Amino acid sequence: MKHTYTSAIQFNNICFEIDRVPILNNISGSFYEEQITTLVGPSGAGKTTLLKMCNGLISPTSGEVFIESISIDSIAPTTLRKNIGIVLQNAPIIHGTVFENIALPFSLQEKKLTEKEAILFLEAVGLDHTFLYRRASDLSGGQKQKISIARSLVNKPKVLLLDEITSALDPASVSEIEQLILKINQEFQVTIVWITHNIEQAKRIGDFTWILMEGRLLESGESSILSTSTNEQIQLFAKGVHSK
Amino acid sequence: MTYTSLSLTLIFVLIPIILSRTLKLGLEKDTTIATIRSIIQLLAVGYVLKFVFDAHSFIYMIVMILLMILTATLNARKKGKAIKGITWKIATTLIIIEVVTQGILLGFKIVPATAQYIIPISGMLIGNSMVLSILFLNRFTAEIESGRDQIELILSLGGTPKQAVHHQLKTAIRASMIPTIESQKTIGLVQLPGMMSGQIIGGADPVQAVQFQLLIIFALLTTAALSSVFIGFLSYPTLFNERMQLIEISKT
Ligand SMILES: Nc1ncnc2c1ncn2[C@@H]1O[C@H](COP(=O)(O)OP(=O)(O)OP(=O)(O)O)[C@@H](O)[C@H]1O
Ligand SMILES: [Mg+2]
Repeated sequence: MKHTYTSAIQFNNICFEIDRVPILNNISGSFYEEQITTLVGPSGAGKTTLLKMCNGLISPTSGEVFIESISIDSIAPTTLRKNIGIVLQNAPIIHGTVFENIALPFSLQEKKLTEKEAILFLEAVGLDHTFLYRRASDLSGGQKQKISIARSLVNKPKVLLLDEITSALDPASVSEIEQLILKINQEFQVTIVWITHNIEQAKRIGDFTWILMEGRLLESGESSILSTSTNEQIQLFAKGVHSK
Repeated sequence: MTYTSLSLTLIFVLIPIILSRTLKLGLEKDTTIATIRSIIQLLAVGYVLKFVFDAHSFIYMIVMILLMILTATLNARKKGKAIKGITWKIATTLIIIEVVTQGILLGFKIVPATAQYIIPISGMLIGNSMVLSILFLNRFTAEIESGRDQIELILSLGGTPKQAVHHQLKTAIRASMIPTIESQKTIGLVQLPGMMSGQIIGGADPVQAVQFQLLIIFALLTTAALSSVFIGFLSYPTLFNERMQLIEISKT
């Protein structure tokens, strides 16, 4: 079966620098609509930077980002960010209860999330109603990650960007979250971009994979490249060996 | 007071200098500079005030108030270097405070419209506003630095810059106002406020001195609230660019 894929997010020669230090180097490519793309690469490769760019939290120093063929700069930041959800790497939370955290995307728009709806989001990530009125700052790292995921679903984004969302979870929770994301992808046709350090996870859930190293896109393609690539750096990385 | 007795008060300067010397606190130089500055500045102010009062000129009075605002601005802006255009933001705030407070005091004829009243009251209010601004800016920049993750989170969910810094703004406004409010709770119980003491020593009726002091502390509440709120609302937009991204604040 031969597919033609449409770009949900497209990069044209993206470069990003901070204080003249290059962080991303000439990145071009697309995250395809309704597909799961995983982003892998060593620490400091620029994965988070690339993801934040899709949500408009940072802008490239040069090059262009397109969202469904529309230049990202012509979309109002608030609209863009409601449509392109992101679960940030360190699972930040706001002061207050779990409920306030989950309802945050709505309260920012002066909309009300009911308790009932909040509980549904909680249950989706494997937490029950008893968490609703707990202080979010008291939760464990893994619980905060789950809250972050639940919160990102409230805006019902068309694209969901996930930054290492299972790094603090136990194996059962990891598989639960993977199932949830797969379901969101399949039932609601949400495009997923998922940063992970876990090569097995990348192979397991990704339709496509991008391999980033030192700010460059080393290779991209179907997830099988993680096993089949002839690039020595990728082979070493996939085996968990540092190439330097 | 005679100049001989005034000179004798320098004993109070010698004590800390000797202590600093013996305990190696390294504060001799600063103490000396502070002493010399206060002598020169206060004497100058004394003569300028005498001149302004005698001249009965509205223009001189305005010039004097503008000078106070200028000095206060230059002092406070050091704490807000990370915020673009902080100088004119502080200046605007101080001018608004001066206009509002004097507008109320003179508009309702609470005090007579003479330099004798306007200048010292302006001085106290502007000075307090300067301290408030410094407190606010210190706290606000620290809150922004430590709250980057939360600010970014709110932005990432489609929140506006104002929503993103709301918590930090509120915390900094509250924190800068609290000392003013707290100090008024115990006012007069331990130390008599400076202005009141001065008036009493100068021979004024204590009850009248108290009335003026009350006027000042109530006005200080307004200046405290206005300074932090104005500077806060003028400053936070400069922390973001037109794409609603949080700009890195350079540390000074
Ligand atoms: N605000 C910043 N100031 C300075 N350098 C930064 C900043 N943000 C990112 N960097 C640098 O950019 C590079 C890429 O960072 P990024 O967070 O994108 O890496 P990553 O691939 O997500 O790494 P990890 O897997 O550890 O999360 C790193 O070298 C990092 O130090
Ligand atoms: Mg990262």
